[in-house]
Amino acid sequence: MEGLTPIVKKVAQLMSGIIFVYGIYIVVHGHLTPGGAFAGGIILAGAFILLILAFGSEVIRLKKEETGSSITESLSILLTLILAIGGLFIGTKVFFNNYLPKGEVGELISAGLIPIYNILIGIEVAAAIITIFLALVIFKEEEEER
Amino acid sequence: MEVLLSVILGFMIIGAIYALHANDLLSAVIAQGIVGYGLVICFLHLKAPDLAIVQIVVETITLIIMVAVVLDSSRKEIKEKPGFKGTINIIAGLIFIGFLIYFFYMAINPLDTFGEHALRMSETYVEQGAQKTGAANLVTGVLWDFRGYDTLGEATILFTAALGILSVLRLKGKK
Repeated sequence: MEGLTPIVKKVAQLMSGIIFVYGIYIVVHGHLTPGGAFAGGIILAGAFILLILAFGSEVIRLKKEETGSSITESLSILLTLILAIGGLFIGTKVFFNNYLPKGEVGELISAGLIPIYNILIGIEVAAAIITIFLALVIFKEEEEER
Repeated sequence: MEVLLSVILGFMIIGAIYALHANDLLSAVIAQGIVGYGLVICFLHLKAPDLAIVQIVVETITLIIMVAVVLDSSRKEIKEKPGFKGTINIIAGLIFIGFLIYFFYMAINPLDTFGEHALRMSETYVEQGAQKTGAANLVTGVLWDFRGYDTLGEATILFTAALGILSVLRLKGKK
């Protein structure tokens, strides 16, 4: 996949960082403002997709990235499950028990486990969307090589 | 309020019908965008910003992927006149739509009017959600505390979708 013109490349370079930080904001403030893990995760994936579309890449480098993103996705959903199963052993022994102290409503560090779940699922959603996109791009490249 | 919603829904239906009948596949994809972005305005109007953010982001990403796919394919739709079998299919479809509308009308008749719900559960959630979960955003509180099991299933769906695409879209087999 070849890249686009220098104008598009420069604009993508400038914008993708801002989009990435906005995605992190949406994920981290998920328990305070509208948004959350799913919306923020897809915005994070959008920053990467913008860069890949603008700059283009070779198949070998894309394959490396695909391996990394699919491992990240699997690890983050595994961590979520481990944290949820932890609720079976601590406190009132219920699946998905919120066993950390709740803190004050409205603070950034509050609500116990909810922000941690949000961050983990945000990473999972972003990695899953990037994996799907990369799989489509690699499929097309390999078909053209034939 | 319901007037504005009806107007937006009318636009969405027009966009969907145009997407079915467009000759160029690219314009069909863009006409489908009307449905998604109209839904965003509906969600914002019904005071659901969480859903609106998710809908606008997912719509944009899927539109990009669909445009990329359409630009690579043939773009022109092949049109054929329906034969005898096609006519029977169309008549059966129309009868089925009539049945569906009738039963839908029967099902929503005993419900309360739009916007006035009477559910004991949701009242408790709205009143005590902030104290019980500690989250200021009630939607996230419900998603990760009262309905945590549901949300885990949702996240697993994305995981399974990525797994399926990785196993289907592969030309060279792994050793």
